[in-house]
Amino acid sequence: MTEIIVVTSGKGGVGKTTTSASLATGLAQRGHKVAVIDFDVGLRNLDLIMGCERRVVYDFVNVIHNEATLKQALIRDKRHDNLYVLAASQTRDKDALTQEGVERVLDELAKEGFEFIVCDSPAGIEKGAHLAMYFADRAVVVVNPEVSSVRDSDRILGLLSSKTRRAERGNDAMPQHLLLTRYNPVRVEAGEMMSVQDVEEILGIPVLGVIPESENVLAASNAGVPVIHDAGSIAGQAYADAVARLLGEDIELRFVDAPKKGFFKRMFGT
Amino acid sequence: MSLLDFLRARPKNTANIARERLRIIVAQERVARGGPDYLPLLRGELLAVIRKYVNVDPDAVQINLERDGEHEVLELSVALPEGPTKAAGRA
Repeated sequence: MTEIIVVTSGKGGVGKTTTSASLATGLAQRGHKVAVIDFDVGLRNLDLIMGCERRVVYDFVNVIHNEATLKQALIRDKRHDNLYVLAASQTRDKDALTQEGVERVLDELAKEGFEFIVCDSPAGIEKGAHLAMYFADRAVVVVNPEVSSVRDSDRILGLLSSKTRRAERGNDAMPQHLLLTRYNPVRVEAGEMMSVQDVEEILGIPVLGVIPESENVLAASNAGVPVIHDAGSIAGQAYADAVARLLGEDIELRFVDAPKKGFFKRMFGT
Repeated sequence: MSLLDFLRARPKNTANIARERLRIIVAQERVARGGPDYLPLLRGELLAVIRKYVNVDPDAVQINLERDGEHEVLELSVALPEGPTKAAGRA
């Protein structure tokens, strides 16, 4: 049984690729066979975040256009031999993706025994984003606690419930999960940032995870090692929690409260 | 809230402002999204027909599509002008 998970958001720069890389890695750490696909044709970046940019020979578009086999294009992760990356093409434009081609690649991955296929959607609502979500069984909507990101995510929720294969076939609604990134509990407490509850209430979908703002996220992308590998960082731990919830475990949210200040700090500030 | 923070000018709670603005815009956009694309066109054509007989304001025609369980109710309301009506386009 293969489960296709789309990581999407509408708005750019909110952490879709960071999230795709960490969720895929986390699922592989749990022993599942996982493929993660970059749908951002023309602006590929998943390879950099996964740290395999120098090993890309063939890409997703090559496979769709029968210029390479799927086996040739799948890049095996350095750390987990049950994790594979399918890079986007850097030279073609987004019209190089076709619905039939994407379906064929996904079917082939299912035949190869992949348990999870994580589709890293491009920003926007055009062809790449449409195809990334079209065949999905589940959606992870990545949101920053900020007005434009929340509004764009709501637009994406509308598309998920109307412009997917599941919706067109009249099947049950696709499970949708909210993943908040760049969360800063201190600013939330100060009334400068919307809280998890605020965003959850506006969008009306359950929370899969809250990733606190952390310098380790940039450090991880600098190094090309998904931040979930950094088990000492709160962002890494928060992603590991999100993976556990994705697998059905019931885990309490962490890192959503501001650290308590002592008496001295209370009196004199930071 | 520390003593120093208290003495400083306290910033507004902008998170609440963001939340309220989003509540309104998201609710509006969801209503528009649920409805079929033809509603604005339907409204325009109905208005044109009504204006052949009654000189109504362009904003006088309101169309709402509501879901009531299994049924969909297309609600049309036309605010007629006050006083004696005069046929606008016809003799």
